[in-house]
Amino acid sequence: MVTVTTVDTLQEAAASSAGEAVFLGGGTLVMRSVNYGELTVPQIVRLRSATALRDIRADGTRINIGAAATMGDVLRSSEVSFLHPVARQVGGPAIRNMATVGGNIFAPHPYGDFAVALLALDARLRMSDGSETDLESLLAARDSERRLVESVSIVRPAGDDFRFRKVSRVKPKGVSVMSLAAWLPRSAGRISGARIAFGAMAPTPVRARAAEAALEGATLDENGIAGALSAATQGLSPPDDGLASGWYRSQVAPVHLKRLLLGGGSRP
Amino acid sequence: MTKKPVQFQLNGSPVAVFSDEGQNLLDLLRRGVGDLSPKYGCGQGTCGSCTVIIDGEPRLSCLTLAETVEGQHVETTNGLANGPDLHALQEAFMENFAAQCGYCTPGMLMAAKALLDRTPRPSRAEIVEAISGNICRCTGYEPIIDAILAASGQPTRRTG
Amino acid sequence: MSSVEFRKDLFADERDDNLQEIGKPTRRQDILGHVTGRSPYYDDHLFDGLLHMRCVRSPHHHARIRSIDTSQAERMPGVVRVVLARDVPNNLNTLLSLINFGKDEEKLIQDTKVAYVGEPVAAIIAETEGQARDACAAVRVDYEVLPHVLDPEASLKPDAPVVNEIYPNNTFDYHDLYDHQKLRFGDVEKGFSEADHIVEGEYQMSPIEQAPIETCGAIAAPETNDRFVCYTSTQALFFSLGTTAKLLNMASSRLHFVGGTVGGGFGGKVDSIVEPLSVLGAVLTGRPVKFMWDRAEEMQVGAPRGAERWRIKDGVARDGRILARTFTGFFDAGAYTRLSSYAIIKCTGHIPGPYSIPNVASNVYCVFTNRTPATAMRGFGITGVDFAIECHMDKVAETVGLNPIELRILNAYRDGDMKPHRRLAKNTALIECCQVASQKSGWAISADAARQSSLTGGGGSRADIPESITDSVGRIGERRRTDIPTEPGMGAASRGRVAAGTQGIPIVAAAPQDEDMITDPARMGFRHAPVAPSQPGATPSSPVPPSAAPSAAPVPPQQNAPAPQPAPPQQPAAPQPPQATPDPAPAPYKPEQPFSRGVKRPGVSRFLSGSRRR
Repeated sequence: MVTVTTVDTLQEAAASSAGEAVFLGGGTLVMRSVNYGELTVPQIVRLRSATALRDIRADGTRINIGAAATMGDVLRSSEVSFLHPVARQVGGPAIRNMATVGGNIFAPHPYGDFAVALLALDARLRMSDGSETDLESLLAARDSERRLVESVSIVRPAGDDFRFRKVSRVKPKGVSVMSLAAWLPRSAGRISGARIAFGAMAPTPVRARAAEAALEGATLDENGIAGALSAATQGLSPPDDGLASGWYRSQVAPVHLKRLLLGGGSRP
Repeated sequence: MTKKPVQFQLNGSPVAVFSDEGQNLLDLLRRGVGDLSPKYGCGQGTCGSCTVIIDGEPRLSCLTLAETVEGQHVETTNGLANGPDLHALQEAFMENFAAQCGYCTPGMLMAAKALLDRTPRPSRAEIVEAISGNICRCTGYEPIIDAILAASGQPTRRTG
Repeated sequence: MSSVEFRKDLFADERDDNLQEIGKPTRRQDILGHVTGRSPYYDDHLFDGLLHMRCVRSPHHHARIRSIDTSQAERMPGVVRVVLARDVPNNLNTLLSLINFGKDEEKLIQDTKVAYVGEPVAAIIAETEGQARDACAAVRVDYEVLPHVLDPEASLKPDAPVVNEIYPNNTFDYHDLYDHQKLRFGDVEKGFSEADHIVEGEYQMSPIEQAPIETCGAIAAPETNDRFVCYTSTQALFFSLGTTAKLLNMASSRLHFVGGTVGGGFGGKVDSIVEPLSVLGAVLTGRPVKFMWDRAEEMQVGAPRGAERWRIKDGVARDGRILARTFTGFFDAGAYTRLSSYAIIKCTGHIPGPYSIPNVASNVYCVFTNRTPATAMRGFGITGVDFAIECHMDKVAETVGLNPIELRILNAYRDGDMKPHRRLAKNTALIECCQVASQKSGWAISADAARQSSLTGGGGSRADIPESITDSVGRIGERRRTDIPTEPGMGAASRGRVAAGTQGIPIVAAAPQDEDMITDPARMGFRHAPVAPSQPGATPSSPVPPSAAPSAAPVPPQQNAPAPQPAPPQQPAAPQPPQATPDPAPAPYKPEQPFSRGVKRPGVSRFLSGSRRR
């Protein structure tokens, strides 16, 4: 049977979860596992109150988002308006009032669209032990991670440098066939230091490094992105699931990447 | 099995009840409290038929750990009518054929109420967005959207 | 609006033109309960001490069960009862046995062999749903995995694994004769030889899950008077009641079924799986038991609309008239029959769609595969073949270079036309439908096509039943011995002829398997059923002589006619006590085991607690 432990601080929670208990954020993933009897270790640890971890605040050039901020909190914050199109793509309104930014980072395939955006934005994470890490390294070892995320920090992208796109079969709310995010800093019309991330194309959100490299110094037009498109899925072997086969995902990824890069931002 | 006491407001009245470890709010409301208006459809956040309003926000009761509503205010379809007077949404759902089997209706009503509480005259697009987490298999969404428009005093496809 | 006028004209003598319902909402009778959340779905009945039942399910498509070890599960917290196949009193059924169609073939709980992923092999009853779930995970089943078959045509091969031992040829047996349902009307070979074009096409659809928002489930509880109440999501209350009575070998008078408030069904709630299991749980534990599928089970084991594969071959004249059409259809029934056998009967009556084609033949197969059994869903049996037919009509239109709407009008059936299943078409309206569709879509049709009417041009020679060519390919079991073609007429060594005008060949259905299923007028309250047929329709059918104006009334198959002489229940072999009067009427119905209490006074369950009911 499931046992639930309630603690007051994230540090206590991390100590409990190091004993393999699962941390309850918004509940959208953990409670589903509880309902279906799928928790490998039926122990849950939760915070009495997560209010302190829900803040979204500008701090100099960076913006800090508390790990317990919900998608609804993101949508209500004018500080992160560039992330509104991303948060709106997660679940329906009820899910968005529950699902947290921190939880999204740990959401298994094919979920975790918000983390795809954070990965493209080179998010830095403050962890429960006070250390900092970048999202990409955390995702690489996500399954063995025993620390908890306290907050996420990102730089506000300039102009339309940030784009996001979610591809699903059901509108307006559906699970990802894939999601794509790009951060395209430009100087004098040439891209420099692009970051592109895919969701639902691997067990975790991943960067498309070959495509990023192909965009270095390129212009954002049909010719400029041609190399990136042909390198879009290099090194990726997308999974099969009920929504799409890995083969299909590979075939359509360049099409959607092209729309992302040339479409000038997100589409509902 | 450990039981945990939970106290919260349900449709404006205080409730004190014991929850089982790991019990979700849907099960607590239905079996613990006896409010049968929220429905089980999937237990995984896909269908929206268990939607309730917690502290003014629509949430899914099947994915809410029951003990986390301690001290919070929960609203369900059971509390929508004021005594014998139906809520405007209930009237509008009746008049606009917004239900067939009726199983998704309590969840739809809660999603719609959460919208109207914040946005008294929503646009059609806002209504579509507000019920996008609720699945209906028989009626189709158009009569439901019409009913929500009608409840907010706006013209529908038929009247408009 | 012209279209509305038009339909009024068409059905003038059949409908009330004062109805003003279409296109505007109507207040439903049950709507107040729906909007207040008080409509009583089955799960909205609260019971103190409710137990929860869940099934242990096969992870394999096809496997022999070597052993089931429940010892660990029995010791798990909250477990009240482990239910195995041996606990089911009469553990073999087929859904349509209640109307005497098909052989008993499916177990409620399996003990020898599983034939699809998700087939139940045991059930656990526990205090909470979570405990039942945990205990299910602790049941150890030793499986010997067998080769499986997932494609209906692969399943027809001689060496294909046998899915369902009751039907060793992997096909449902039709009329004790063939492994498929045959339809023969006219001479398709002659039609093809006269055609200018042969148009062939293959069409495939996938299974479709009904996906009601309320999952299938039932709660059963002991009542007083030795009865059991069952609140259920069923769409077919008396079907579920009869099935439960049969599987549990229990007089139906001991079952008190309550349903009618269904959270969406669409055909997926007729299969009567959850009711017998929950009642069995209540019988075995003496407590209220709920058996409810979660969403994952609804999607995995909830019987879908089955997949169908169709091959259509048309012989078409240059001007677009279809002279001959053959169908080869494969219904993927999954591992057990459920309602697929019946879907094929419906489908065959529908062939060749709403068109008048002088030569038609079809072979339709109900094939068993190691997939989830298929069942009813909104128009099942018709929708799949209609999809194929209409795709094919477009293909024909393309071949002959004709406007697809005009092609349909040209070939449309009209009032008085004979359909291949030998009934006259009436109230036809395809032509008018096409004309409205062309108007509404702005897809122009010729003046001639716009002038056509379903009310004229039919009948006459189009009402005749032609001489029909038959064959006897595909007798039951033949396909197991050798690979034989599936198309109508192919591989036939000899052909037969049925004289023009022959309405139908009476088919004698299989005898009832269970004496209890025999319709006995005495049981329905008639003391002396009339022996002599009182109406002409009751006479056994005989070939109707060819005539210019065939009777609109079809000749009923013998078995469906009101039986002139009810089959009496079998008499015991023991000598009968002498009768006072030589009354030839059958003895009054007397069940082997007398129905026990409870018929006169339905009790109220001691588990219903008044304080919790609203």
